[in-house]
Amino acid sequence: MSEQLRFTKEHEWLLVKGNIIRVGISDYAQNELGDIVFVDLPSVGDQVEEGEGIAALESVKAVSDVYSPVSGEIVAVNEALEDSPELVNESPLDAGWIVEIEVEGVAQTGDLMNKQEYEAFVKGV
Amino acid sequence: MKQTPLTAKHRALGAKMVDYAGFEMPVQYAGVLEEHNTVRTKVGIFDLTHMGEFEVTGPGALNTVNHVTTNDASLLKEGEIQYTCLTKEDGGIIDDILVYRTAGGFWLVVNASNAAKDYAWIEQHLQPETQLKDLSDELTLIAVQGPKSAPLVEEILGLSLTDLKNYTFIEVTYEDVRLLLSRTGYTGEDGFELYFPNALAEKLWDECLAKGEKYGVEPIGLGARDSLRLEARMPLYGNDIGEDTSPLEAGLTRFVKFDKGHFIGRDFLEKQKEEGVQRRLVAFTMIDKGIPRQGYPLVNLEGEEIGAVTSGTHSPTLDHAIGMGYVDVAYAKADTEIQVQVRKKLARAKIIKGRFLA
Repeated sequence: MSEQLRFTKEHEWLLVKGNIIRVGISDYAQNELGDIVFVDLPSVGDQVEEGEGIAALESVKAVSDVYSPVSGEIVAVNEALEDSPELVNESPLDAGWIVEIEVEGVAQTGDLMNKQEYEAFVKGV
Repeated sequence: MKQTPLTAKHRALGAKMVDYAGFEMPVQYAGVLEEHNTVRTKVGIFDLTHMGEFEVTGPGALNTVNHVTTNDASLLKEGEIQYTCLTKEDGGIIDDILVYRTAGGFWLVVNASNAAKDYAWIEQHLQPETQLKDLSDELTLIAVQGPKSAPLVEEILGLSLTDLKNYTFIEVTYEDVRLLLSRTGYTGEDGFELYFPNALAEKLWDECLAKGEKYGVEPIGLGARDSLRLEARMPLYGNDIGEDTSPLEAGLTRFVKFDKGHFIGRDFLEKQKEEGVQRRLVAFTMIDKGIPRQGYPLVNLEGEEIGAVTSGTHSPTLDHAIGMGYVDVAYAKADTEIQVQVRKKLARAKIIKGRFLA
């Protein structure tokens, strides 16, 4: 499953299913943030631009924005995070997904990193 | 970056290390939530060696301490401690510190980030016949905090702490070395702070962990130190108080003693007390979702800006968000409803009186 994920330099991952893109944060990112205690999610139907803040992950110590890796419309949010924000820590690549964004046409993810490339990138951080 | 005598221990324990006030310090070990709860329910140990300690001695020591601080150090008997502020002429807080009354004079325990500034300030305002000495590099400070802190410290030092009251200290002997042990802390729990020569650091740290195992002891980083102090409604220098805030605005009036005579900042503070402050540091709990963070605007129910957040977090003990900030005095009363601008949304909050914890 994680073999299908594509990673950004901002430590987000994308899972492409046609024109729907699921977005979450990497294991490295959740470890850096520490215990997540609240996730501020966008609303379904929100239009987002690439690079725009779409969600905020709050740890005890600080808040970190999640930036949209694509432009499109929010078509789903992970409502489980409202009561269980710790899913982002426990299962960042799966149950801790954050939003799904519908893009126009087919998403281009060729310039993003695959798992092996991302792991090498993180080692250099 | 400076290290403490315990830096290698923190690394070996897998701590995440950060630069804090020029020291390489542990921000977390197992995780902030777990560490926070350990201090609330069991016992945690903290390396606080970055804090500064100054010794003030000589016939003029009391005059010097009373000249540079707002509280009245003449009220202290040997073995007693008081919280106080160093203030400038304009009433701004240079630092908030603890004053220990020792046999030979005073000890001042100061914030790491302010230590150099404080030393220079006090040196500049020394009264006649006073000696000032910086002990910071010679001393290690370990805090033991939590409901099980007393039995743990009793076991390590082989003494009873029943008679050691809050904000008092004693000298104890450990391995033929004299240590200073105070019943103080920055967590809102019962706890102790141990000051001792650096050579003992690793041995005492290991002994705290070994003897504390049966109580569930854990090492605690600066992350949980911040959430613990905020739940206990204790201000943090640099966030909640600073050179642009006065002790009266910060709600520290009981630590300002006008009847002790002159001190730096007295004229301004006396005038401010007569005229009344324009803004007050308040504590609030969130009614709506969202976590207040330093710098977020505070607004009234009509949407007008009335102040700003200085500290905020998700309280692990209460499981909801809490914060502190300055507001226009008209909004400082308990139970007043205000709003916090949390990114794009306005979230309602309520001013509280007293501590966050029951």
